[in-house]
Formats: sequence, C-alpha cells, structure tokens
Amino acid sequence: MTTTPTTTVPHVNRPREVEADAAKDDSQLRQKQMISGHFEKLATAKEDGRKVAYTFVPGNLTELMLALDMLPVLPEINALQSGMRKLSGNYITEAEKLGHSEDVCTYVKCDIGMMKSGNIGPTGTKLPSPDILLLSYTGCFTFMKWFELLKQEYDCPVTMLHVPYQGDGHITPEMRSYVVGQLEREVIPALEKAAGKKLDLDRLSELLERSRRAEDDLVAVWESAQHRPSPIDGYFGGVYYIGPIFSAFRGTQDAIDYYRMLRGEVEERIRKGQGPVTPDGDATEEKYRLVVEGPPNWTNFFDFWRMFSREGATVVSSTYTRVGGLYDTGFRHDPKDPLGTLADYCLGCYTNLNLPMRTKLLASYIEKYQADGFLINSVKSCNSFSAGQLLMLRELERKTGVPGGFIESDLVDPRYFGKANIENRVQSYLQMLEARKTRASA
Amino acid sequence: MSHAEVAPNPQDPALPVLERARRLVDDLRFGEVSRWKERNPGKLAIGYMPIYVPRPLLEGIGCLPVAVFGGGDQVDIIKGDSFYQSYICHIPRSTLELALNGSLDSLDGMLFPSICDVIRNLSGMWQMLFPEKYASYVDLPQNFDPELGGRFYVLDLQRILRDLEARGAAKYDPERLRAAIRAENSRRAALAELDLLRVKEPFRVRASEAYLVARTGGVLETAEHERFVREFVAAARERAPRVYDNVRVLVRGSFCEQPPLGLIKTLESAGCDIVDDDFQLGLRYIEGDIECGPSDDPLVALSNAFLRRGQATASRYIGDEEKGAALVKSVREVEADGVIFAAASFCDPALLDQPMLETALDRAKIPHTSLKFAENTGQFQVIREQAGAFSDAVKLWGSAA
Repeated sequence: MTTTPTTTVPHVNRPREVEADAAKDDSQLRQKQMISGHFEKLATAKEDGRKVAYTFVPGNLTELMLALDMLPVLPEINALQSGMRKLSGNYITEAEKLGHSEDVCTYVKCDIGMMKSGNIGPTGTKLPSPDILLLSYTGCFTFMKWFELLKQEYDCPVTMLHVPYQGDGHITPEMRSYVVGQLEREVIPALEKAAGKKLDLDRLSELLERSRRAEDDLVAVWESAQHRPSPIDGYFGGVYYIGPIFSAFRGTQDAIDYYRMLRGEVEERIRKGQGPVTPDGDATEEKYRLVVEGPPNWTNFFDFWRMFSREGATVVSSTYTRVGGLYDTGFRHDPKDPLGTLADYCLGCYTNLNLPMRTKLLASYIEKYQADGFLINSVKSCNSFSAGQLLMLRELERKTGVPGGFIESDLVDPRYFGKANIENRVQSYLQMLEARKTRASA
Repeated sequence: MSHAEVAPNPQDPALPVLERARRLVDDLRFGEVSRWKERNPGKLAIGYMPIYVPRPLLEGIGCLPVAVFGGGDQVDIIKGDSFYQSYICHIPRSTLELALNGSLDSLDGMLFPSICDVIRNLSGMWQMLFPEKYASYVDLPQNFDPELGGRFYVLDLQRILRDLEARGAAKYDPERLRAAIRAENSRRAALAELDLLRVKEPFRVRASEAYLVARTGGVLETAEHERFVREFVAAARERAPRVYDNVRVLVRGSFCEQPPLGLIKTLESAGCDIVDDDFQLGLRYIEGDIECGPSDDPLVALSNAFLRRGQATASRYIGDEEKGAALVKSVREVEADGVIFAAASFCDPALLDQPMLETALDRAKIPHTSLKFAENTGQFQVIREQAGAFSDAVKLWGSAA
C-alpha cells in the first residue's frame, strides 16, 4: 500500500541551490546525521550483534523494537528512497521480469527488485537481512502479501499484528483488546525470541514518554500552518518533518531534540513573517493555500513540488503526513498504558480510518487551515488510499464549498509520472482558484 | 449467446435446471430476492461482497444472505465509472452501478468482508452514498488463535447480530443458528458431491455448468439451493458419457470478480476440463462441515470453522505453513495436469499471490499459465489461443514449456 514518508533522501538528491539553503537549516542537518547514523548501525548490525526487524510505517511499533535493542528497517522507505534516487524503475522492471504483475503496488516491486539486486540501501551499503519480519497489518492489505513474499526470501520468523479497520468510524473496546492480546501473546514473545532478551516494560514506558514529547512538538509544527503566510509546507516539506518520527526514532532523545529544534525554527519563521522553504529557497509569496490528500510521487519529487511552489501555492496540511500517526486530533502515546497505547496508535493511523472519517478529517483541515482549495494526488499503486477518492472529492466540495483538484501519478514507478499532463492539470486548477479569488474580490 | 456457447441439447436431462440457473444468475435486478421478500414480509435481505461471510449467521436470524458479484458482462457502466480511476478493478464500479440504478433496492443492507482495500473502501463509499441502508465492514481475523482472532470474530458476529436485530431481523436464538449451520453443512455436502462428479467424470459436468448451479446459491435460501444442486447432480448422472481429449486443469485467482461465462466456456472449448476452481469460493470457503454439537455455542462454531477450516486463499494470511502448499495439494487430489491463473485485472490479492503460487508449482513441476480478465471482457480469441496452446503443450510434453 501505501505510503511512507521520510526524509533522508531528499538531502541526497537535492538540487544545488537547495543544498546551500539546507546547510543553514540546523534541523535538517540534525536529521541527516540521525538517519546516516541509523544506516551506519544497520551496515554493521551483524558484526555488532544487533538484531534487525523489517516492518512498516503505519502501525509501526518502534518503541517496542527499541526497547529490545532491535534496529528497524522500513521497506517502504527504502522503496521511496530508491524512487528519489532514480533507481526504482530498474528495480520494478527486475521484479516484473520475475513474474510480478504490472498492476500491483510498485513499492512492493521496487523492494523485491532492490533485494534481488543486492539490497543496497540509500547510503550505498548493503542492508542487513532481517532477524524477524514484524508485519503490522494496519490499513493496507498489500502489507500482508508483501511480507508473505519476503518470507519466501529470508530465513527468518514472521510475526503478524492484525489491526482491525475502523469500518464503522470508531475504535471499539473489542478491537483494542484484540490488538493488545496479540501484542502480549504473540508479537512480544516473537520479538523477544528474535532479540534474545526479555522486554522491560519500564523501559518501554520511558520510550513512550519520549514519543509523547516529540509528538507535542510535531503537532505544533503542523499547526503553525494556520499562520499567514504559513511557515511550512505541510506536504512537500512535511515529508521531511515526519522522517524521524515515522521511522526509527520515535521514542528517542534524538527525536525529542530534532522536533524541539524544528519547532524553534518554525516559530522563528513565523516571527520573521517567512513562508516555507521550497526547492528554490524561501517562498516569496503565498497566493494559494491548499490541503492535499494522497502520497506524493517520489520519482519526480522536486519537479512535482516546484509545480506548486513556483505558482505560489503552499500546502498547509496533508493526510499523507498522518499515515504513520495521527497526532493532531489529540492522540499521544501514553507511558502509563504501554500496550494499550500502542494499540490505540496502530488503530488510529490515517490509513486505518474509513472513508467518511477521512473525508471529515480533510474537511476539518480545509477549515482549520483556511485553505483555498484541496487537491488529491491519486497514486496507481495504492488502492488503500486511492479507491474512493473520487467520491471524497465530491463530498468535500459539497461539504466545504471549496473546489477540489484531481491528479494521477504513482509512488515510485517513473512510467506513471506524466510531467506535462500533471503540470497542465495543476496549473489549470490554480488558474481556476485565481479566477474564483478575482470574482470574490470584485 | 456468445460465440463460445453452443446451442443446448433439448434431450439433456439437466437442461431445465441449467436454464433456471441461468435465469437466476442473469437476473441482475435480483427478482428472486424480491419474490423472497414478498413471501417473507418484514424480513431482511442482506447483500454481501465476495469472498466469504458466514451465511448461517444471517439465516439464523431470518435474513436472506444475497451474494453480490457486480454486474458481470450484462451491465453498461454509466455512473459507476465516475467513482473509480482506470487502475481499479471492475467489480466495485459495476456493483455501484447496480446500486445506483436501483437493482439492489431489494437489499436492506450490505456486508463487505475483508478481502482487499478496494472492497474495504467500498464499505465507506456505501455509507456515504446510501446512508439509509445498513453497510458494514466485516474484518475477518487474520490471527487464527481462538483466544485472539477467534474471540474478536465472535464479538464481531455479535455486533452484526445486534445491528441487524435493531433493523428488524429476528432476535438471536442459538437453536435457530444451529439449525442454519446444519442446513449449511447439508448444502456443503451437496456441493461436494457436485465437485466430486466434476473430478471423476468431467464430461458429465462442465465447469461452466457447475459455476451456474453453485452461483444460484447466492440468491436462494440454503435448503432450496441444496435441493437445486442435488437435482442437477442427479440429472447430470443421467447424461450419456462423452469422451474428450482434454487436459485437466485447476483455475485459480477468480474468487472475487467473476470471469464472464464466455471465458469459462472458452477455456473448456480450448481443451481444458476445469476440474477445480475458486469462482464461487465463498460457498466452499469452509472445508468440510461447520462442527456444532447440540450444546455448542454456534457463534464459536462459526468462528472455529473459519479459523481452522478456512481455505488458503489470497485474502487469508498464510503464516507458518508453506505458501502454495494447499494449491499443490489440490492439484494432486483432483489429479490435474496443470493450473491456469485467471485473475481479474488490478486484483491485488490474486496478483500479489500469484508469484508465490507459481514458485510452489514450479517446485512441484506442475505446469501453469496465466491470464487476466475483467468481468465484462467480451473478446476471448487470445485467451482461446493461449489456453489451447497450454492444453496442447501439457498433452504433448507434460509441461507448458
């Protein structure tokens, strides 16, 4: 399915003009160091005796893995990084040669192709094989098939956490109890066995307390977009911000420090009346405020971003940046109830919400961030996101009176990024917003 | 009548049953359901999407479970396409078309079992488009421990019972549910008899016929469907034997969006005796009986049947067992010569599963080929050639190479 964010790669492949800007950005430097450090640990994990768990972003159990001194590897992030490094096309072709259908998720095929090509990670070193596959089945059917496929490739155990979907629009006690029961009876014992040590619940609680603190700062960053001009881009820029907390760092002091630093930088931008950083430097004007639904395209990420930033369009909020945790509706990890709070986290991820809830959340973002419009980037790979988006578009227009736009691309398959076509659509959409503004002010 | 069909033989003893089956299957306005409701005023008809929902649960509270398989090749999609991008499979768009054109008005609600993200999201679309109708997602457990997944499943079944009782279904009575389970077991035995006849004497029952006969179970009460199946089996036994020089194949991957009947007939006319398939998997999802003694909790019985006896299909997590082992076992059991993977275009479960199943077949040296379809596919020439080449290769060399 879905989606995943991150952050490292943009630095690897950023245009020269942005590198200079990034060099001034302490939080970005900090994040780059954190992620490089993580991949260095992965590169020497086997010789250092560290155990490695492969897992997914939505519904990730990072604190649990860290409490057992395990290192997470997130195949979705590897795939999107391959997309940004222009490697995904060949990896996908490799997988299709092996019999994988052209119709299915390109994250899966990119990951399979990368593995078959040596499993070289984004920093150029080989990723370690997993000691366990931690299959958190949250919001995406494809995750299940993905790890069934990986299980055929690796000689390691797999443990599955089935997270029930919020089909009726709420989390029931039965759902929560089911998830906690699986954690207690299956997932934790399997992780303990792979890690070779017992879980210390006090240590887990300490990690969860750190998660909560980082989450507070992340929400403050999201909510900063209520200012005019918004000091952040909550989609293209937002995928950098979610990097640490959606990957290996939730529950760490590094994450606390990073989000505190990021929040400070954002508040400074507000004080200075600055808009967000864009691939071409600081935004000079905020003509349009948008909300975006759906993952970005990674193969042409900066081209895609510039289609907006060069037209003065800032994304003030997005749903993609909530796939690894929906914090701005109030959820925080609760150190007093370690397993219950992990269950609540998994159950509450954006992709685990039903369509009416997703639509309602988008409508709330449109209102809260005073958006001029909303745009859906529908990706071919991800049925979890995409199936139903055309109805969401209609409903949102009806409920909010704000016009929606619809474009199509893919996560990491470069064959599905039609630059001219997408650019035409984006420009037409923004021109329509401009015409509405003109009419409104006449 | 498509080009793949031949005129029926008026002397065929099974013809009357087959003609009724065809009428029931082709009636996409669900007239049979309307007639059932006229005969059973006040009772609810509850639709469900593939693959599997526990039908006895619904019959146990007086509801008619109705299988909804989209519009097949019989419906012009006018509104349904506007809800879906081109890269989404066909069944949700034709299902919406049926709902929007009034064909599903006789249904009082819909259940959407967990098979894939598209059908899951369709449950939310239903809630948005038809707020006056009951629409619920059924999150079948992927954890098969009775204390975990089983307990969750029983609680979810109780939720459905409460929901439907609030909408007018009969109050839950364990004894009535036990009776519904017995009826389901009896129907399952009739279907097993039909399947066995196909395996032993495929010249008596073509897969296209068995498909029609099984699919009528989607709109009939269980006991009536059992009689229907048994009537067909009895008639088929009276057919004169015919000899075909065909290969014996399994078809896999068509468990949700159904292939057009013409496609099944095309495979047959290309020299394939389809001795096993997953077209109507929902009716056969539980392998064998749902075990439920007179003092057993019937909800737990339904749960245990799902956990322990559910078929190893693509929407079901295969944890510790070897992936594809169940398919190889099936090939051996029905003495098939090969496997045809026939998946609907953009069907994530089938297409993501397929490479793993192909690997298992390769290890077992079982020939296989694959094709894709949409429920409204109308051209079969390429498929005929592919299936014919596969059939010839298997006959000549024992492999598809």
